[in-house]
Formats: sequence, C-alpha cells, structure tokens
Amino acid sequence: MDSIRESLLKKSKATKKDRFARVITFSALLLIVVVVISIFLFVASKGLATFFTNKVNLWDFLSGKKWAPGQTNAQGQPLTGALPMITGSFLVTLIAALVATPFAIGTAVFMTEISPKHGAKILGPVTELLVGIPSVVYGFIGLSVIVPVMRHIFGGSGFGIIAGAMVLFIMILPTVTSMTVDTLKSVPRHYRESALALGATRWQMIYKVILRSATPGILTAVVFGMARAFGEALAVQMVIGNAPLMPKGLTSPSSTLTSILTQGIGNTVMGSLENNALWSLALILLLMSLVFNIIMRAIAKKGAM
Amino acid sequence: MTQKILTTENVHLYYGKKEALHGINLDFNKNDITALIGPSGSGKSTYLRALNRMHDLTDSVTVNGTFMFNGHDIYAPNTDTVALRQKIGMVFQQPNPFPFSIYDNVAFGVRTAEKKSKAELDEIVEKSLKQAAIWDEVKDNLHKSALSLSGGQQQRVSIARALATNPEILLLDEPTAALDPVSASKVENTMMQLRNQLTMIIVTHSMAQASRISDKTAFFMDGHLVEFNHTKKVLLDPDRQETQDYISGRFG
Ligand SMILES: Nc1ncnc2c1ncn2[C@@H]1O[C@H](COP(=O)(O)OP(=O)(O)O)[C@@H](O)[C@H]1O
Ligand SMILES: [Mg+2]
Repeated sequence: MDSIRESLLKKSKATKKDRFARVITFSALLLIVVVVISIFLFVASKGLATFFTNKVNLWDFLSGKKWAPGQTNAQGQPLTGALPMITGSFLVTLIAALVATPFAIGTAVFMTEISPKHGAKILGPVTELLVGIPSVVYGFIGLSVIVPVMRHIFGGSGFGIIAGAMVLFIMILPTVTSMTVDTLKSVPRHYRESALALGATRWQMIYKVILRSATPGILTAVVFGMARAFGEALAVQMVIGNAPLMPKGLTSPSSTLTSILTQGIGNTVMGSLENNALWSLALILLLMSLVFNIIMRAIAKKGAM
Repeated sequence: MTQKILTTENVHLYYGKKEALHGINLDFNKNDITALIGPSGSGKSTYLRALNRMHDLTDSVTVNGTFMFNGHDIYAPNTDTVALRQKIGMVFQQPNPFPFSIYDNVAFGVRTAEKKSKAELDEIVEKSLKQAAIWDEVKDNLHKSALSLSGGQQQRVSIARALATNPEILLLDEPTAALDPVSASKVENTMMQLRNQLTMIIVTHSMAQASRISDKTAFFMDGHLVEFNHTKKVLLDPDRQETQDYISGRFG
C-alpha cells in the first residue's frame, strides 16, 4: 500500500521530463520575444533621436525633398528630407507588384487548372531554386541585363525606378506565384464540379468561381510579395542609381529607403545626426513591414467570413 | 404510353481498367421521380454522373453505351456539354453553394449562359427560390453570403441554383444524407413540390425516402442493375432475392 502511495506522490520520470521540455520551449519563446522587443526599442530610440535630440521637424523629414544630412539649409536646418526615398520605395514596390500579379495569376491558373501534371513537376523545384538564389545574384543580373536594356530603350544611364522594379518583379514572382498556386489548390473541388454542372464553361469556372473565391488568398500573396520588395536592399541598390533625388521619371537615377540605408550606414558615426537620420529611415521600414502584416491579417480575417 | 425523356442502354463505365458499371439499361419517364438505391459502392453516383457527362472532367474514365435525351445522343461528339448541363442539372450530397451571396449563387448558371437584364435576373432568382421552397426564409437577405445559411437552407439554395437554368431533369446525389432530420424533411418537401414540374433522379440511402417520394425505384448492386420497377413493387414485393436482402437490411 505504502509503495503505491509513495509512487503516486513522487514525481515520475515522465512528469519531470515533461516539466523540463516545457521550461525549454518557454525559454525559447521568451528569448524570441525579448529579441523582437529589443530590436523595436533599439531602432525606435535611434530613429526617434533625429527628432528629439537633433530637433528635426517630423513633417520636414517626411515631406522634405533634399537629402544631405551633413549639410544645413539657409535657416541652419539639416537637410533631412526623406520624401525621395519614400517615393522611390513605394514606386518600385507598386510597379513590381502590378507587373507580378497578372504573371503570377496566369502561371498559377495554368499550373493548377490547365496542366496540373506539368505544373506540379515544374513549379516546386523552380520556385525552390529561385527563392534560394541570393539577392546579389539578382542584382548582378539586373546590372548586366536590365540596366543596359533600359539604357537602350529610354536612353540615359539605364539606372532608375524601372530597373529596380524589374529586378524586384523577378525576385518576388516565384513566391507570389507559389502562394497563388496554393490558394487556387485550396479552392474546394466541389466548387469546380458545381460550376461545370451548372453549365459553366471551363474558362467561366476559372474566372467566375475559382479566381473569385481565391481573391483574398491572391491579395495576401501580392501583399506578401510587396512586403518583400519593400524590404529588399542589395539587388535594388545595384540597379537604381542611388541618387537621393525626387524621381524625375521612371528611368532617372533614384533611391529607396533601403538603398540609402545600406549605402550610408557604414560611413557615418554612431550618434551623429547623419547616423540618426538613417535610423529614422530604418524606423519607417520597420513600421511599413508592420503595416503590410496588418493588411495581410485583415485580408485573412475578411476572407474567413 | 408515357413519354421517355431519357433512355440509357448497355452502359459500361471504367475507372482506368476497373469496370464500375457492367451494362446498365435504364429509362426514365418524363416528370417521374426515380430513386436509385443500393449498397455503398454499387455504382449509383457513377451512373448518375454519367448522365450529364460529369465524368468528362476525369481523363481516366471511359464511358460506353447509348444515352438518349429527348432523342439526342448525349455522348455525340458535337453535343454541347454546357447546354446539356443546363438541361440536366445536378445537386450534390454536400450542400455546396459558392462563397458568394444567395442572389449570385442562384443567378450563376443564368449569367454564364446569357446576358440578362437586372429585372429578368431578379425574376428568375425569385422564381427559383420559390420553387425550391426557400424564398420566404431568404427574401430579405438575398445579398448575404450563402455560406451563412444552415445546411438545409444551403441545400435548398443549391437546388434553386440548379433550377434557375430551367432544367428538364434534375439529378440529386443523396441530397439529404448530410443533413439533420428536420432539414432533410424540408429538402424532401421541396422535392415533393417539384413533382410534375420536372424529371428527378435521386440517389438515396433511405428506403423510407424512396417510398415517400419516388414513382419508380432502381436497385443497384456491384455495378449491376438488379431490379427496376414501380417503387411499391420493388420495396414491398421484389422479384429478386438480392433486393429482398438489401431491403430487409441484411447488408449494405
Ligand atoms: N474516381 C474514382 N476512381 C476509381 N474508382 C472509383 C471512383 N469513384 C468511384 N469508384 C468506384 O466505383 C464504384 C462505384 O462507386 P460509386 O458510384 O461512388 O458508388 P455509390 O454511389 O453507389 O456508393 C466503387 O467501387 C468505387 O470504389
Ligand atoms: Mg454515391
């Protein structure tokens, strides 16, 4: 009797193991949370210093068109207008997404609806391959193919928004396509069957039922692609020209938040205005990635209804 | 003599090399309700889907035999499957409206077929929902998602959707099997109300349902048509031993 009592009261080996595993997983989680919060705090404190320590006006920062943080204007204010980079980032991202969307939908429809056999064989490996290519390689291809083509067509140097957008388009296309494919695949088979049973042609079934019910998923894929495009630095930096000027056209040298950031961060002194201003750009990037995340969540929520 | 709207002769169907239907001969009278009964896997769904050429979607399926709908060969190379499926509508076991509004669901088949004015569409949607005996429950919410309805309501919307293209034949594959008893009886009432308006062929597992609504009953087993006769005769005094065994619950 007593031995049973004892064995019930004593913690068994399994219970101890269970406890141990819980402690480990919980610590891992805690560590991640701490890291994320520290990143936020760090970027925010540095990025906000521009406004609190260096007394730069937030509105001047967001709407100013001249970026030369080392210099001051006639009133003695530092030249920290980030609008050219903000504009550049949004332009390359939007153009890349606009071009990628029809390509992604077309490819995905072909691979899921028209020729699923070839689709499964080709898409998986190709996507994995393309996603795995380092961005410097994409940048290099942009530099040696897209920029000369742009120069040939539009004249000028060939560097600019279009070149950046094209490189990003190629970079995000595989991801957007494979996410779109997954969405189309998740459209229940019975939607297809009932559409055809109601006398729809195959094409009507695709665009009136499949694409329509997959719209939230396709939007999510596109926004995901945009988030990636917005944050991509190296490849864009190689082809956009890196002139911190308001884009005069789509083919004149311009810049993005990321390209100015990566270019300048090593050449400035910690704590200086020049350095803090770059952190402010990083803060914008961080906030934008948050916004993209919120948009994706909102779409998912709406799609689930 | 009553008019035969659909005749099928010597129907053999293969999934790849496997033969699932072994020579079925079955005719359907205009405006009759015919029940297809039999154990699971006996080929009822397979046969039903052959009638509006749903097997065309699967490459590995081979269909042989003669299918005549109002004297037209259903499987003739020049048959327009789109028009065929509007004349021979289908309702599936799982209530499966599209994730659109009730209105868009019912209007779907009409919109894919031809351009109609808003007024004409409104009229067709209302008429179809009334025919499916669901109008009163949804008339104030036509633009709500069809997925927000209960299972039984969804199934009746699916029936309305199939009725909107004005079919002559409605194929129903176990339309009440996935529903609770109350919803099931509402769907069954809908079918009763449609009696005499169009021809219905319904697969059912419920002998009681077959006896309540059908004029004739066909008993399938292992891909063979075992017995086909008036429902009363098949259920009360079958000619074949297999039918008797199935009805008295000895298998299936
Ligand atoms: N897509 C398919 N591929 C291969 N075999 C199938 C397929 N669908 C049904 N079958 C087979 O055909 C036979 C008849 O099935 P089915 O028509 O679904 O029967 P029931 O509807 O009477 O339950 C079964 O043996 C089933 O396994
Ligand atoms: Mg079945």
